[in-house]
Amino acid sequence: MNRIIKFIILDILKNRIVFFYTCILAVLSWSVFSLEDNSSKGLLTLLNVILLTVPLISVVFSTIYIYNSSEFIELLVSQPIKRGKIWWSLFLGLMLSLLLAFFIGAGIPILIYAPSDVGIMMILVGSFITAVFVAIAFLSSILTRDKAKGIGICILLWLFFALLFDGMILFLLFQFSDYPIEKLMVGITALNPIDLGRILILLHLDVSAMMGYTGAIFKDFFGNQIGIIVSLSILFLWVAVPFGLSLKRFKRMDL
Amino acid sequence: MIEISNLSKNFGKLKVLNKINLSCLKGECIALIGPNGCGKTTLIKSVLGMVIPSEGMIEVQGINIANHFEYRNKIGYMPQIGRYPDNMSIGQILEMVKEIRRGQSSLDESLVEEFKLNDLFNKRMRTLSGGTTQKVSATLAFLFNPDILILDEPTAGLDPLSSEILKEKITDVKKEGKLVLITSHLLSELDDLVTQIIFMQDGVVHFHKSVQDLISSTGESKISKAIAKILKTQAVEQNN
Repeated sequence: MNRIIKFIILDILKNRIVFFYTCILAVLSWSVFSLEDNSSKGLLTLLNVILLTVPLISVVFSTIYIYNSSEFIELLVSQPIKRGKIWWSLFLGLMLSLLLAFFIGAGIPILIYAPSDVGIMMILVGSFITAVFVAIAFLSSILTRDKAKGIGICILLWLFFALLFDGMILFLLFQFSDYPIEKLMVGITALNPIDLGRILILLHLDVSAMMGYTGAIFKDFFGNQIGIIVSLSILFLWVAVPFGLSLKRFKRMDL
Repeated sequence: MIEISNLSKNFGKLKVLNKINLSCLKGECIALIGPNGCGKTTLIKSVLGMVIPSEGMIEVQGINIANHFEYRNKIGYMPQIGRYPDNMSIGQILEMVKEIRRGQSSLDESLVEEFKLNDLFNKRMRTLSGGTTQKVSATLAFLFNPDILILDEPTAGLDPLSSEILKEKITDVKKEGKLVLITSHLLSELDDLVTQIIFMQDGVVHFHKSVQDLISSTGESKISKAIAKILKTQAVEQNN
């Protein structure tokens, strides 16, 4: 398996898009931290940038890469290799190279400017978000053979998780503002990996003090260690379930 | 070597293969022919495990291939259209496949030399012409000295010289007692190579005969004419 992963990673690292992605992340992170003298404020700005760009690039790049590897997959399938191994290698190769790009682009500046718990949590969340959206890309690209459709599905999913979901939550909050739905809200955030990541970091920053009653409920849940472990496990499920579904389907697929 | 029984494959409502029964023995060079879209490639891909059959069973060297992958050690496959990762060079592709199949029987790199691929080792796959890509596919198929060779339209896109090199190679491995399965719709290309013919139409095997039988029963000297004659008589029978 390692040999195939090695080849895939080398192939991806030669790709200009990943190089630009790393550069853009690096430029953003360095400039955000140099503009703000308070590293905590810098992290907050960077958080929003990362939660918007990282999922988008991860999901779109992975989907396109999987479609472009279709013939490569065919070549490997005709070799004496287990099918599951091919899909796993492709997944690990894509995930590891995007994680590397994220770490070089955003991780290193964060470690330099904000080497605190929050900084490390931010790198962890960014890595999880990368993995989640690579897994989602695997699911959306196996759902249809049509490349344009597959890319459409993955962009829609990104749009949903990055923007629409928050809109729906706001709508719910206003509609049911007379009822005590705060606890329910904690459950609903588990349905969106981006929100989960955002909350995990926000609650470690001082700004969480200004989030009112809902914020307090969230802090009560996510602020302690069990909450962090639970939410990281949920993020892990967000990687495992979409990829697992795609793997199951790939094993039975006609190529 | 390859034993196919009751093989059917549906793509949605479309029945591509319909209860196929075939038996291919070693030392034969079998041509799988038929009109476009008759299921040749699907049949080949089923043997390779790339297409999962809806029904039926395939045995390669006595082993049922369902959920197995080791049997592919014994098969060399040349796809109809080989496309490879754009960024990799010819040398890297060959290295990669060699590394993936490391520790197997001796390598046969004669085609690398004969196709003069050594000079092109640093060329990226995306810059290659269709013919050169075919040469890479052919080299990969023969590289591991497999007992069974499955070639999907091997000579399509190759220049006459390379096509001749490939045909010689096929004749060589046939002499070594290996099974060669070729699909093609260019019948004239195959005249001096094949020993058996499988003719498929609409997902059904029309006949599976040795070339001698075919020629003696029709009285024609060329395979292409013999098949044309059979098809014509069938058409007449159907009209009557």
